[in-house]
Amino acid sequence: MNEPLIKVRDLVQRIGEQEILRGINLEVMPGETLVLLGKSGGGKSVFLRHLIGLMRPVSGSIIFEGLEITNLKERELEPVRRKVGMLFQDGALFDSLNVFDNVAFPLRERGEKNPKTVREKVAGSLAMVNMTGHERKMPVNLSGGMRKRVALARAIISPPDVLLYDEPTAGLDPIVSDSINRLIRRLQRQLNMTSVVVTHDLVSCNHVADRVALLDAGRIHFLGTPAELRDAQDAIVRDFVDGRSGETVY
Amino acid sequence: MEVTFYLGGLFLGFLNFLGQLAVLAGETLSSIGRGRIRMRLTLQQIAEIGFRSQLVVIVTGAFTGAVFTAQAYFQFASLNMQTAVGPVVALSMFRELGPVLTGLMVAGRVGAAMSAEIGTMKVTQQIDALRALAVNPVDYLVVPRAVAMFISMPLLVVECVGCGVLASYYVGVEVLRINGVYFLANIQKFAEGSDIVMSLVKGFVFAGIIVFISCREGLYAKDGAVGVGRATTASVVNCSLSILIANFFLTMALNIVFPAGQR
Repeated sequence: MNEPLIKVRDLVQRIGEQEILRGINLEVMPGETLVLLGKSGGGKSVFLRHLIGLMRPVSGSIIFEGLEITNLKERELEPVRRKVGMLFQDGALFDSLNVFDNVAFPLRERGEKNPKTVREKVAGSLAMVNMTGHERKMPVNLSGGMRKRVALARAIISPPDVLLYDEPTAGLDPIVSDSINRLIRRLQRQLNMTSVVVTHDLVSCNHVADRVALLDAGRIHFLGTPAELRDAQDAIVRDFVDGRSGETVY
Repeated sequence: MEVTFYLGGLFLGFLNFLGQLAVLAGETLSSIGRGRIRMRLTLQQIAEIGFRSQLVVIVTGAFTGAVFTAQAYFQFASLNMQTAVGPVVALSMFRELGPVLTGLMVAGRVGAAMSAEIGTMKVTQQIDALRALAVNPVDYLVVPRAVAMFISMPLLVVECVGCGVLASYYVGVEVLRINGVYFLANIQKFAEGSDIVMSLVKGFVFAGIIVFISCREGLYAKDGAVGVGRATTASVVNCSLSILIANFFLTMALNIVFPAGQR
């Protein structure tokens, strides 16, 4: 049995008076795609930001490849962040740079000076997300789906060991969502990447997940395969899967 | 009781603000000391801060020198001391008006832009994206701006003072018919190298005030577009007030090192 790549233990986070995460325990195995489901505003994105050290928990620990990362300083986190990529919900492209420079950014920051190498790698990365031909466009001129694809190209240009996806299909039409889901699967196959996908989109979950976790009230309420999720009889899981709010209409 | 809590809150907020500024300045200077300077970004910022601020600085310096000369002439003429106008204007420009006016204009033009740009990056998660890509935001965003500001501000102050003195000469000698030889001779007699040094020191300190306050406001921006607007306003107000307050203490301190009127 492989050792988990990421171990999360009793993770607690508060924002103001509100306790967002109330003791999360979760393990991510190498090479798997783990989907974290949950209601909007339930703390999924907050949890994801902890995995890359963008937020510090109130208590609990996150161990990445045997290294406790919750106490690391900003500069000490940099080697970890070189191994973990993140796709932000709206892409978070640098709006002062065009598509080419956005995708080339991680390469240049890691010291790649040869323009030919940069050009080749950017072209390869954009081809992988079907964005060839858009190199000179500015982020403001891209649609939501295109922004996510470019952000994905930027995240994979120096292939990380782990890729974190924050709502990769949110706000996209079903066709673009499907192409993003296929892309996630393709990246996992081609680059053998470990992925953690935060979403509330069950179609996306069924498409990409090896395992599914359901976050409810700040805790992991369910952990299993997509098939186990579909067959679960637990009331909270059923409400989520069947899309029932539990509210009465008068 | 409520007033005490309110004032206590304000005081704690101020201490927090100072602490954040000190940490940001420390991190930035440490990065500069370790040579984490991106030359391309620094040159871009020198063009933005130094080159593109010239028009506003030239106009400010020239018209301040011109109007100050006219007012001084109107007062001094009744005492038959017209030739004292030159040194009065020159010393004022060197020691006070040049650095302060340049600081205020740069705070309005560049400081506001810095806060708005960095603040927008903050609220649209671009700064988180930098961090996620293992790029330190202070190294990438603040260091180039700080280096560019420390290089550009003293030069802009010199430009502002130079334009002020030239405008003063033109208005005094060509328009108001003050004797040009005496005008220049009196400037040479009363203005010293230490006045230029004082000007440059103030320019350098104001550069630090503008860049650290503006970047701090941007880096701590929140609540979307409203928050960016708030950060930009706070940046201009805080930079302007800090420059005016710091100028008083700098004047008192520098006057100990370079006493005025000792010749």
